[in-house]
Amino acid sequence: MKKRSNEPVFWSLFGAGGVVVAFILPMLVFITGLAVPLGFLSPEVMAYERIHAFASCWIGKLFILAVISLPLWHAAHRIFLSLHDLGIHWGRTFFKWLCYGLAFLGTLISLILLVVI
Amino acid sequence: MNTRKSYIRPMEGWWLKNPFYIRYMIREATSIFVGIYALVLLTGLVSLSCGEASYNNWLVAMTNPIAILFHLIALAAVIYHTITWFAVAPKVVSPLFIAGTRVPDMFIVAAQYVIAILLYLILFAMVWKV
Repeated sequence: MKKRSNEPVFWSLFGAGGVVVAFILPMLVFITGLAVPLGFLSPEVMAYERIHAFASCWIGKLFILAVISLPLWHAAHRIFLSLHDLGIHWGRTFFKWLCYGLAFLGTLISLILLVVI
Repeated sequence: MNTRKSYIRPMEGWWLKNPFYIRYMIREATSIFVGIYALVLLTGLVSLSCGEASYNNWLVAMTNPIAILFHLIALAAVIYHTITWFAVAPKVVSPLFIAGTRVPDMFIVAAQYVIAILLYLILFAMVWKV
Protein backbone atom coordinates (compact mmCIF):
# COMPACT_ATOMS: atom_id res chain seq x y z
CA MET A 1 0.00 0.00 0.00
CA LYS A 2 1.18 3.47 -0.84
CA LYS A 3 2.39 5.47 2.14
CA ARG A 4 -0.23 7.97 3.11
CA SER A 5 0.66 11.65 3.00
CA ASN A 6 0.66 13.51 6.31
CA GLU A 7 -0.33 16.69 4.48
CA PRO A 8 -4.07 16.56 5.44
CA VAL A 9 -3.16 16.71 9.14
CA PHE A 10 -1.02 19.82 8.71
CA TRP A 11 -3.49 21.38 6.31
CA SER A 12 -6.36 20.91 8.79
CA LEU A 13 -4.38 22.61 11.55
CA PHE A 14 -3.39 25.34 9.08
CA GLY A 15 -7.04 25.81 8.13
CA ALA A 16 -8.26 25.86 11.72
CA GLY A 17 -5.53 28.38 12.52
CA GLY A 18 -6.56 30.54 9.58
CA VAL A 19 -10.12 30.62 10.87
CA VAL A 20 -9.01 31.62 14.39
CA VAL A 21 -6.72 34.31 12.98
CA ALA A 22 -9.53 35.74 10.83
CA PHE A 23 -12.39 35.60 13.36
CA ILE A 24 -10.60 36.37 16.64
CA LEU A 25 -7.11 37.81 16.20
CA PRO A 26 -7.89 41.25 14.73
CA MET A 27 -9.78 42.19 17.90
CA LEU A 28 -7.47 40.24 20.22
CA VAL A 29 -4.32 41.90 18.84
CA PHE A 30 -6.02 45.26 19.24
CA ILE A 31 -7.05 44.58 22.85
CA THR A 32 -3.92 42.86 24.18
CA GLY A 33 -1.32 44.61 22.05
CA LEU A 34 -2.64 48.17 21.69
CA ALA A 35 -5.77 49.13 23.65
CA VAL A 36 -4.65 47.90 27.08
CA PRO A 37 -0.90 48.78 26.83
CA LEU A 38 -1.76 52.27 25.53
CA GLY A 39 -4.48 52.81 28.12
CA PHE A 40 -7.55 53.03 25.83
CA LEU A 41 -8.96 50.25 27.96
CA SER A 42 -8.63 49.85 31.71
CA PRO A 43 -5.50 47.96 32.89
CA GLU A 44 -7.98 45.87 34.87
CA VAL A 45 -8.84 44.05 31.60
CA MET A 46 -5.53 42.19 31.68
CA ALA A 47 -4.91 42.29 35.43
CA TYR A 48 -3.37 39.20 36.99
CA GLU A 49 -6.39 38.17 39.09
CA ARG A 50 -8.73 38.43 36.13
CA ILE A 51 -6.57 36.58 33.59
CA HIS A 52 -5.68 33.94 36.17
CA ALA A 53 -9.37 33.36 36.88
CA PHE A 54 -10.01 33.17 33.11
CA ALA A 55 -7.21 30.62 32.66
CA SER A 56 -8.66 28.59 35.54
CA CYS A 57 -12.03 27.84 33.98
CA TRP A 58 -12.26 25.30 31.18
CA ILE A 59 -13.74 27.67 28.61
CA GLY A 60 -10.88 30.10 29.28
CA LYS A 61 -8.34 27.31 28.96
CA LEU A 62 -9.87 26.28 25.65
CA PHE A 63 -9.83 29.86 24.35
CA ILE A 64 -6.20 30.46 25.34
CA LEU A 65 -5.11 27.15 23.84
CA ALA A 66 -6.95 27.94 20.60
CA VAL A 67 -5.45 31.42 20.17
CA ILE A 68 -1.90 30.22 20.85
CA SER A 69 -1.72 26.76 19.32
CA LEU A 70 -3.76 27.10 16.12
CA PRO A 71 -2.12 30.34 14.88
CA LEU A 72 1.25 28.68 15.53
CA TRP A 73 0.32 25.73 13.29
CA HIS A 74 -1.05 28.15 10.72
CA ALA A 75 2.17 30.18 10.66
CA ALA A 76 4.38 27.08 10.66
CA HIS A 77 2.63 25.69 7.58
CA ARG A 78 2.76 28.94 5.62
CA ILE A 79 6.37 29.73 6.51
CA PHE A 80 7.46 26.20 5.62
CA LEU A 81 5.75 26.32 2.21
CA SER A 82 7.07 29.84 1.54
CA LEU A 83 10.63 28.55 1.61
CA HIS A 84 9.93 27.00 -1.79
CA ASP A 85 8.62 30.34 -3.11
CA LEU A 86 11.81 32.03 -1.93
CA GLY A 87 13.93 29.46 -3.78
CA ILE A 88 15.23 27.74 -0.66
CA HIS A 89 15.29 24.08 -1.57
CA TRP A 90 17.94 22.74 0.76
CA GLY A 91 17.24 21.32 4.20
CA ARG A 92 13.60 20.56 3.49
CA THR A 93 13.36 17.87 6.16
CA PHE A 94 15.19 20.09 8.64
CA PHE A 95 12.85 23.04 8.06
CA LYS A 96 9.81 20.80 8.22
CA TRP A 97 10.87 19.55 11.64
CA LEU A 98 11.79 23.09 12.73
CA CYS A 99 8.48 24.71 11.69
CA TYR A 100 6.07 21.99 12.76
CA GLY A 101 8.27 21.10 15.73
CA LEU A 102 8.00 24.65 17.11
CA ALA A 103 4.23 24.63 16.62
CA PHE A 104 4.02 21.27 18.39
CA LEU A 105 6.25 22.49 21.22
CA GLY A 106 4.17 25.65 21.65
CA THR A 107 1.01 23.54 21.77
CA LEU A 108 2.54 21.15 24.30
CA ILE A 109 3.80 23.94 26.60
CA SER A 110 0.42 25.74 26.49
CA LEU A 111 -1.41 22.52 27.18
CA ILE A 112 0.75 21.63 30.18
CA LEU A 113 0.63 25.15 31.65
CA LEU A 114 -3.15 25.38 31.22
CA VAL A 115 -3.68 22.02 32.90
CA VAL A 116 -1.44 23.05 35.82
CA ILE A 117 -2.92 26.57 36.32
CA MET B 1 28.60 12.13 -17.59
CA ASN B 2 26.76 15.16 -18.65
CA THR B 3 29.15 18.08 -19.06
CA ARG B 4 26.70 20.34 -20.86
CA LYS B 5 25.79 23.45 -18.99
CA SER B 6 22.07 23.64 -19.50
CA TYR B 7 20.36 26.98 -19.08
CA ILE B 8 18.33 27.30 -15.91
CA ARG B 9 15.87 30.13 -15.87
CA PRO B 10 16.70 32.44 -12.94
CA MET B 11 13.85 32.68 -10.46
CA GLU B 12 15.11 35.33 -8.03
CA GLY B 13 12.54 37.99 -7.28
CA TRP B 14 9.91 36.30 -9.46
CA TRP B 15 7.16 37.54 -7.20
CA LEU B 16 8.18 41.19 -7.66
CA LYS B 17 7.24 41.08 -11.34
CA ASN B 18 3.49 41.03 -10.94
CA PRO B 19 1.18 42.79 -8.42
CA PHE B 20 -0.80 39.56 -8.01
CA TYR B 21 2.34 37.71 -6.89
CA ILE B 22 3.30 40.59 -4.59
CA ARG B 23 -0.09 40.38 -2.89
CA TYR B 24 0.36 36.62 -2.63
CA MET B 25 3.72 37.04 -0.92
CA ILE B 26 2.34 39.71 1.44
CA ARG B 27 -0.41 37.25 2.38
CA GLU B 28 2.14 34.54 3.09
CA ALA B 29 4.29 37.02 5.05
CA THR B 30 1.39 37.86 7.38
CA SER B 31 1.98 34.44 8.93
CA ILE B 32 5.31 35.64 10.35
CA PHE B 33 3.46 38.20 12.47
CA VAL B 34 0.76 35.68 13.34
CA GLY B 35 3.45 33.30 14.57
CA ILE B 36 5.27 35.95 16.60
CA TYR B 37 1.99 37.15 18.14
CA ALA B 38 1.16 33.58 19.20
CA LEU B 39 4.60 33.40 20.82
CA VAL B 40 3.94 36.73 22.59
CA LEU B 41 0.75 35.21 24.03
CA LEU B 42 2.69 32.06 24.94
CA THR B 43 5.24 34.08 26.91
CA GLY B 44 2.29 35.75 28.63
CA LEU B 45 0.92 32.35 29.58
CA VAL B 46 4.33 31.22 30.85
CA SER B 47 4.67 34.35 32.98
CA LEU B 48 1.09 33.93 34.22
CA SER B 49 1.90 30.45 35.46
CA CYS B 50 5.03 31.80 37.21
CA GLY B 51 3.00 34.09 39.44
CA GLU B 52 1.85 37.69 39.74
CA ALA B 53 5.27 39.39 39.76
CA SER B 54 6.47 37.79 36.53
CA TYR B 55 3.08 38.33 34.87
CA ASN B 56 3.23 42.04 35.75
CA ASN B 57 6.69 42.19 34.16
CA TRP B 58 5.17 40.78 30.98
CA LEU B 59 2.46 43.48 31.11
CA VAL B 60 5.16 46.15 31.39
CA ALA B 61 7.05 44.60 28.46
CA MET B 62 3.84 44.89 26.40
CA THR B 63 3.96 48.69 26.78
CA ASN B 64 7.47 48.89 25.29
CA PRO B 65 7.47 51.03 22.10
CA ILE B 66 8.89 48.09 20.13
CA ALA B 67 6.02 45.92 21.36
CA ILE B 68 3.50 48.62 20.40
CA LEU B 69 5.07 48.97 16.95
CA PHE B 70 5.03 45.21 16.51
CA HIS B 71 1.35 44.99 17.45
CA LEU B 72 0.49 47.81 15.04
CA ILE B 73 2.09 45.87 12.18
CA ALA B 74 0.59 42.61 13.47
CA LEU B 75 -2.88 44.19 13.48
CA ALA B 76 -2.46 45.27 9.85
CA ALA B 77 -1.15 41.78 9.02
CA VAL B 78 -4.06 39.91 10.60
CA ILE B 79 -6.58 42.25 8.92
CA TYR B 80 -4.89 41.56 5.58
CA HIS B 81 -5.00 37.85 6.36
CA THR B 82 -8.70 38.10 7.24
CA ILE B 83 -9.60 39.82 3.96
CA THR B 84 -7.72 37.24 1.88
CA TRP B 85 -9.01 34.34 3.99
CA PHE B 86 -12.64 35.34 3.52
CA ALA B 87 -12.08 35.95 -0.19
CA VAL B 88 -10.78 32.44 -0.92
CA ALA B 89 -13.22 30.59 1.36
CA PRO B 90 -15.93 30.15 -1.34
CA LYS B 91 -13.29 28.59 -3.60
CA VAL B 92 -12.16 26.16 -0.89
CA VAL B 93 -15.46 24.89 0.51
CA SER B 94 -17.67 22.60 -1.52
CA PRO B 95 -20.52 24.44 -3.30
CA LEU B 96 -23.45 25.32 -1.06
CA PHE B 97 -26.97 24.84 -2.31
CA ILE B 98 -30.13 26.33 -0.84
CA ALA B 99 -33.41 25.12 -2.39
CA GLY B 100 -31.57 23.81 -5.42
CA THR B 101 -29.78 26.99 -6.34
CA ARG B 102 -26.13 27.54 -5.68
CA VAL B 103 -25.29 30.16 -3.06
CA PRO B 104 -23.27 32.90 -4.83
CA ASP B 105 -19.67 33.36 -3.68
CA MET B 106 -20.43 36.92 -2.66
CA PHE B 107 -22.98 35.69 -0.09
CA ILE B 108 -20.46 33.37 1.52
CA VAL B 109 -17.89 36.17 1.73
CA ALA B 110 -20.45 38.60 3.14
CA ALA B 111 -21.72 36.06 5.69
CA GLN B 112 -18.19 35.61 7.01
CA TYR B 113 -17.79 39.36 7.49
CA VAL B 114 -21.08 39.53 9.37
CA ILE B 115 -20.07 36.67 11.69
CA ALA B 116 -16.56 38.08 12.16
CA ILE B 117 -17.77 41.58 13.04
CA LEU B 118 -20.28 40.07 15.45
CA LEU B 119 -17.48 38.09 17.13
CA TYR B 120 -15.23 41.17 17.32
CA LEU B 121 -18.05 43.11 18.96
CA ILE B 122 -18.73 40.32 21.47
CA LEU B 123 -15.04 40.16 22.33
CA PHE B 124 -14.86 43.92 22.70
CA ALA B 125 -18.05 44.04 24.78
CA MET B 126 -16.46 41.57 27.19
CA VAL B 127 -13.69 44.03 28.07
CA TRP B 128 -15.34 47.37 27.34
CA LYS B 129 -16.88 48.06 30.75
CA VAL B 130 -14.16 46.43 32.84
